[in-house]
Amino acid sequence: MKQFEVTGNKDTRSGFGDGLHELGKTNPNVVALCADLTGSLKMNAFQNAFPDRFYQVGIAEANMMGLAAGMTIGGKIPFTGTFANFSTGRVYDQIRQSIAYSGKNVKICASHAGLTLGEDGATHQILEDIGMMMMLPHMTVINPCDYNQTKAATMAIAEHEGPVYLRFGRPKMPIFTPDNQKFEIGKALMLNEGTDVTIFATGHLVWEAIQAGHALAEKGIDAEIINIHTIKPLDEAAVIASAKKTGAVVTAEEHQILGGLGSAISQTISRECPTPIEFVGVKDSFGESGTPAQLMEKYGLSASNIVEAAEKAISKK
Amino acid sequence: MNTAELQSIASQVRRDIVRMVHAVNSGHPGGSLGCTDLLVTLYFDTMKTNAPNFDMDGKEEDLFFLSNGHISPVWYSTLARKGYFAVNELSTFRKLNTRLQGHPATEEGLEGIRVASGSLGQGLSVALGAAQTKKLNGDNSLVYTLHGDGELQEGQIWEAAIYAAHHKVDNIISTIDYNGQQIDGSLEDVMNMGDLRAKWEAFGWTVLEMDGHNIDEIKATMAEAKGLSGNGKPIMIIMKTSMGKGVNFMEGTHKWHGVAPNDEQLADALSQLEETLGDY
Repeated sequence: MKQFEVTGNKDTRSGFGDGLHELGKTNPNVVALCADLTGSLKMNAFQNAFPDRFYQVGIAEANMMGLAAGMTIGGKIPFTGTFANFSTGRVYDQIRQSIAYSGKNVKICASHAGLTLGEDGATHQILEDIGMMMMLPHMTVINPCDYNQTKAATMAIAEHEGPVYLRFGRPKMPIFTPDNQKFEIGKALMLNEGTDVTIFATGHLVWEAIQAGHALAEKGIDAEIINIHTIKPLDEAAVIASAKKTGAVVTAEEHQILGGLGSAISQTISRECPTPIEFVGVKDSFGESGTPAQLMEKYGLSASNIVEAAEKAISKK
Repeated sequence: MNTAELQSIASQVRRDIVRMVHAVNSGHPGGSLGCTDLLVTLYFDTMKTNAPNFDMDGKEEDLFFLSNGHISPVWYSTLARKGYFAVNELSTFRKLNTRLQGHPATEEGLEGIRVASGSLGQGLSVALGAAQTKKLNGDNSLVYTLHGDGELQEGQIWEAAIYAAHHKVDNIISTIDYNGQQIDGSLEDVMNMGDLRAKWEAFGWTVLEMDGHNIDEIKATMAEAKGLSGNGKPIMIIMKTSMGKGVNFMEGTHKWHGVAPNDEQLADALSQLEETLGDY
């Protein structure tokens, strides 16, 4: 099992904020909108450096999505910022009609996704957002795993023509991907080659998958670990090749198992190479208040749950 | 363009509308007929456009957004008569593989349309975004919108109204089609919107009023609105109209909101509308 050097501990939302600030310097067409959560989204640096290209929208997310769609007309590249819940469920029809169906070049940037939002509880812990965004035609869905990757993804999506949903989170997480990496939308990243089982993970769960890989190695199980930072379009070739190679699959995500990464992967492999599969994710329930660590344990999203799922998938070979 | 010429175009557009909805036995003739004089005046007199050329970015030209997308027939006919696409294409309205979808869309690349609309309440936000991009680009042209009066019941409209005043979006001229009707009946009975002028003024907009069937008045009001632009406030025009205007049995009732005329009714309607530019 490959060792990953941890170079720091930062929140993925800071990766977004720093990436956006960089974009402000390099791309004059980038504009940013925020619905009264500038500090939480780490958009202050952009706001301070480029006040003419920053739009405070107030607590009015539906209007924000429409504004962003309109700003593309004339060549701007709008980045919207609010919590993941208010970036998706609250404004689904605005995204559907004015952005996705209209093919607008809007970047929907969503923080505080999933259980790791913590103490605020289920009203804010959206676990259905990947599914909702994945279902929209034209939409690209990205969930990077650490600070460096979120920063790189933020900069990469400005170069991509079309609507994008970029999902990230609140807590500090180990930084283990390279600084200044090139982010390729739609390209799965092989983190560890293995032969016994494949763990496909996205977002914060990539780090848990690596911990699970170490634990499995101690049990003599050689796990392949793949970071699916882009859930749509899915890197189907990488998914199929690995599933065929290991013959057992686990998916891991900080999201509902209905409609997220697990659904996307299982649809692909059930069509191309039926393989035993287990799903690590929230099992059709809402979250609740608690610390991020407590919630990840209670809802079965920890490395130990990935280890159990891997053993179960292998047992079904 | 002089008023007689505009009236002549409007008569043909009204013929197009009733023929289009009759041909597929679906669509929304009432609101379309009620907004014909406005759209014809906007496209043939008020707005500075690059027609017949269309470019999505619309730089250095005035833009129009139809927020109440169900009155697509009047928009399609006006766009075709302005030369954005062939008049014959009106015959494909609402048919399989058409670019003239039931509600306006960009997916099929129809010239003249910059965003999908139909799910109500979204167009003002989109138009405000486009207006702010014009400001960033140093582009002094204007953005026009049209909304239904019933559509104002959508909360997003008021989010946008607050935003426009706060951010001083003063390069937008919006119009409300105030016909007093919505699907389930009169506005007053279904959901009374009260004093619209006072509402918009309270939200920080400059408010004008006009008769939506008096082309001289539409021209004058639009000229006044243009003169008021650039003064730090968004502009709203409350346009009094009659649903179904121009076809006597469709006028003033919500019953023709989304109903197509049958063959006899079509003949009756066409007998009231002069064919001025040639039917498609």
